[in-house]
Amino acid sequence: MFVKVVVVFAVLLTGCAYMTWLERKVVARIQSRLGPMNAGYHGLLQPVADLIKLLFKDDISPKHVDKFIYAIAPLAAFIPATLSIAVVPFGDSITLFGRQIDLVISNLNIGILYVLGVTSLGVYAVVLAGWSSNSKYSLLGGLRSTAQMISYEIGMGLAIVVVVLLSGSLNLVDIVNSQSSVLDWYVFKNPAAFLIYFVCAVAETNRSPFDLPEAESELVAGYHTEYSSMKFGMYFVGEYANMITVGAIAATLFFGGWQGPLLPPIVWFMLKVAAFMIFYIWTRGTLPRFRYDQLMNFGWKYLLPIAVINVLVTAFFKL
Amino acid sequence: MFAALKRVFVSIPIGFFTTLKNAIRKPVSFQYPKQKVPMYPRYRGLHFLERYEDGTERCVCCGLCAAACPADAIYMEPEESDKGERRAKIYEINLLRCIFCGFCEEACPEEAIFLGKEYEISDDDRDKFVYTKDYLLVKWPREKPSPVKFIRRNRRQYMK
Repeated sequence: MFVKVVVVFAVLLTGCAYMTWLERKVVARIQSRLGPMNAGYHGLLQPVADLIKLLFKDDISPKHVDKFIYAIAPLAAFIPATLSIAVVPFGDSITLFGRQIDLVISNLNIGILYVLGVTSLGVYAVVLAGWSSNSKYSLLGGLRSTAQMISYEIGMGLAIVVVVLLSGSLNLVDIVNSQSSVLDWYVFKNPAAFLIYFVCAVAETNRSPFDLPEAESELVAGYHTEYSSMKFGMYFVGEYANMITVGAIAATLFFGGWQGPLLPPIVWFMLKVAAFMIFYIWTRGTLPRFRYDQLMNFGWKYLLPIAVINVLVTAFFKL
Repeated sequence: MFAALKRVFVSIPIGFFTTLKNAIRKPVSFQYPKQKVPMYPRYRGLHFLERYEDGTERCVCCGLCAAACPADAIYMEPEESDKGERRAKIYEINLLRCIFCGFCEEACPEEAIFLGKEYEISDDDRDKFVYTKDYLLVKWPREKPSPVKFIRRNRRQYMK
């Protein structure tokens, strides 16, 4: 159990680090640039260099901040982001040294509820950071993100409800097992649910085109304007960990999790998550940022009704 | 409603396709210090003073380049060589004044001064920008073939 946690944590953090590299590379290619090239082969050591840089930066905390909350807010960003990976199954059980090991940290019977609960905790990090920084930019960023995350969580929940309806289980392991062939993948059974989930996931993780909380053209850096050094690093890692988690859950819910032919389950799982990540970055390189009123309009007037209708229709056919 | 649907199912995929097209194209940027952009034939960079094929300096210190220089960047003092030929004792170009117009090159009757392709001439000290004859005169024996023919050809092509 302990070993599993350590391994998954290490893989997740490495994934986060290389996610930054991948993002810089892919966005650079979209803009006909090369991206990082100097640290290591094609900039492969760039994440390490960035980490060292962040660790040795001066940790400035402004005079006017609310010290305690200011200090714990980055943790609130980082911890929930890493927690929700615990229920995601990344493979079937394997036998190692004569012991059978299930490739999931915790086979929780209400896995999805746990994921929804833990990911929504991430809002606190943003709100607390915005509030405790005592800065206009941070506050505005925090407020925006609260509104955004809460509105889009509803659509995400409804998209997940469709999967729950189809599979008849809240347990992620059962959901994966119910999509054993490609045609059983819920993305093909209900593409609308996947689209809604994806849009909401992008909004949930504050990624472009929904990166209003940190819209640099208006709010400097949004909620983490006043943060520096490793505190900022925590937000950074938290954001990427969130993306990976959301990608992992998307792969689990809609793309059959670790199931796939020929290659070992873990490889399939990672490939699916990586594809999702690349699509995330591709979206960032393609779509411009929403305006705040457009964001709210879209969330409440289009996404939510469509999600509700989708749930109703699915439930009707399920009866 | 129709417009919104069109946006979602037509315009956005077109946008994604456009970025994908750019992503698989060869990047246009250069890795500058390692990889340099080739300069155009008429690019005017750092000056150099040419020599004859036997190694003697072409410059006779006539002062026409200094007269032609609109920025008044060239200063020179003549002397007599061992063979009794006139040449420059001091030949200085103040690169902070120089506007790289190339008039000196055009004025020179001996085809002695040229503007080369070198452009990495930044420095952290103002005094280092006065380039003396030691810097400007091409190394002897030559490291690179003389560009005189090439420059003459280009002149014929462009200066009509």
